[in-house]
Amino acid sequence: MSKSHLELTGVQMAFDTQSGPFVALDNLNLKINKGEFVSLIGHSGCGKSTVLNIVAGLLNATKGGCVLNGHEVTTPGPERAVVFQNHSLMPWLTVYENVELAVQQVFRKSMSRKERKEWILHNLALVHMDHAIDKRPGEISGGMAQRVGIARALAMKPSVLLMDEPFGALDALTRAHLQDSLMEIQKDLNNTVIMITHDVDEAVLLSDRIIMMTNGPAATVGEDLAIELPRPRDRVTLADDPGYVHYRQAVMSFLYEKQRFPDQAQKKDDTRDDEADSDSRRGLRAIA
Amino acid sequence: MSTLSQTNPSTLAGRWLATLADFFNPRQLASRAQQLLLPLVGIVVFAGLWQVAAPQVQTSLGAFPGPADVAEQTGALWQEHLDQRARADKYVTMQEQRNERILAENPDAEVKIRSYPGAPTFIDQIGTSLVTVLAGFFLATVIAVPLGIVIGLNRHVNAAINPLIQVFKPVSPLAWLPLVTMVVSATYVSDDPMFEKAFLTSMFTVTLCSLWPTLINTSFGVAAVNPDLVNVSKVLRLSFWTHVRKVVLPSSIPMIFTGLRVSLGIAWMVLIAAEMLAQNPGLGKFVWDEFQNGSSESLSRIMVAVLAIGFIGFLLDRGMLLIQRKVAWNE
Repeated sequence: MSKSHLELTGVQMAFDTQSGPFVALDNLNLKINKGEFVSLIGHSGCGKSTVLNIVAGLLNATKGGCVLNGHEVTTPGPERAVVFQNHSLMPWLTVYENVELAVQQVFRKSMSRKERKEWILHNLALVHMDHAIDKRPGEISGGMAQRVGIARALAMKPSVLLMDEPFGALDALTRAHLQDSLMEIQKDLNNTVIMITHDVDEAVLLSDRIIMMTNGPAATVGEDLAIELPRPRDRVTLADDPGYVHYRQAVMSFLYEKQRFPDQAQKKDDTRDDEADSDSRRGLRAIA
Repeated sequence: MSTLSQTNPSTLAGRWLATLADFFNPRQLASRAQQLLLPLVGIVVFAGLWQVAAPQVQTSLGAFPGPADVAEQTGALWQEHLDQRARADKYVTMQEQRNERILAENPDAEVKIRSYPGAPTFIDQIGTSLVTVLAGFFLATVIAVPLGIVIGLNRHVNAAINPLIQVFKPVSPLAWLPLVTMVVSATYVSDDPMFEKAFLTSMFTVTLCSLWPTLINTSFGVAAVNPDLVNVSKVLRLSFWTHVRKVVLPSSIPMIFTGLRVSLGIAWMVLIAAEMLAQNPGLGKFVWDEFQNGSSESLSRIMVAVLAIGFIGFLLDRGMLLIQRKVAWNE
């Protein structure tokens, strides 16, 4: 029996709020193999980001835990690089310097100055950003900045690449372009990737597995769908592919039929929502 | 005109013509005129109103000075400065000659070198004020920026120190001054003092009053560092110092500079009051001495000081802005 690369076991995450503890995740179990591309999908507020933050070590689970390569994850570290939704580049550093900050920190001892420079340029070339190394993040587009964010994460040579809605803030064309780039890079490097997304097409196109999460509170894994489409995948040909359509339908059915009411479970404790609802009902009556 | 600049841009004459053409470009001219003309109009109108209104105000020292009196006294103060300089130079040369003579007669003789004992001129006083305010401001910055970083980084420290900041921030320099004076007198005892006590008193008062905006802005700037950037720092496992140096400080530089500019403005305002009471030989003392002097020219001379204070304050702020543009990444 082979040990899994990354394993989340019985994870519970409770946050202290003024009205007592709020259980965001409960009894979440997940095993991910080396080189797997896994998407987490679910409605807003279901705790996808919480899962990612626990793997990243930015949050510590209140129960259960996360084991990577046989070591328990307790603190953040560069072997679990994160690509944040809003690129999170230091605005005062150039594109090159942003990647340099990471490379300097991770490979200070193991690489010579020359090797580091080459490694930085190599990673920027990988995301096709080697033409703008002296620009500041404010001088490039959101899509370009996100590429640099990905280059910075890849430059840490992470065991797991964690992506929190990496393309969520981008327009559709840029997003498609970056998805293709990501697939290309993934083919070469074969990283283990966990990506959060809201986008069903993105999930099916990129993933080896889609983890669908139930609605919070106490969210957990709802369905675990393996995507067995041959690679390389092409978005245009796949659009007509019966397998692709089937997977897409399965995810949609989970999101919009089985987990249709994202606020259902919360409603009991969340009085503000009730008030807002009754307000809108009153408003409707007034209009009628 | 634009065709001119396109026909022959490579030759010197062509470029010169292009510059000339640009200069007389109607839109450029209009915007430049607006930039220059409107402030000029404001100044002229103000001077006119002042000239008309000033003689209406009769004081025990004669009529309130108008712009002409002030201009005259500006010239007089400058002349006094030049005269004083000339006298000082003469004094020094005479002293050197005398010492040479004594040494020629007796090589073992002890010669004394005294500095010129004349009173400081208006220009010297401006110099003293600038040195004092910059010293006080520098001390305030050295205290406020690191302390602000500590407060901004740590919620608990913030909660502990915040009430103190809120209470001390609005205190007037005049309230601090007697305390500072007494403390300086009691603690700075030396036979051969490096600094005048009045200088130290003024400087510390400036520091006490001007450090708050920098402190508050720094702590806000540090506390407002984008949490995503903090997470990046955590993922990279940056050490505390690297985190402060590479993430926190650059990120809060714009806020820190906003605070520094406010602080420098306050420092300059406070300084004048402090110098008046501490008798530090700067602009504050000049104003106070002229007021005590009570001659027919005193009001004009004070008015010169008022304008000088305003203009120097303006220049200090511009200087700070220039530094900010050099240092801050968002400019």
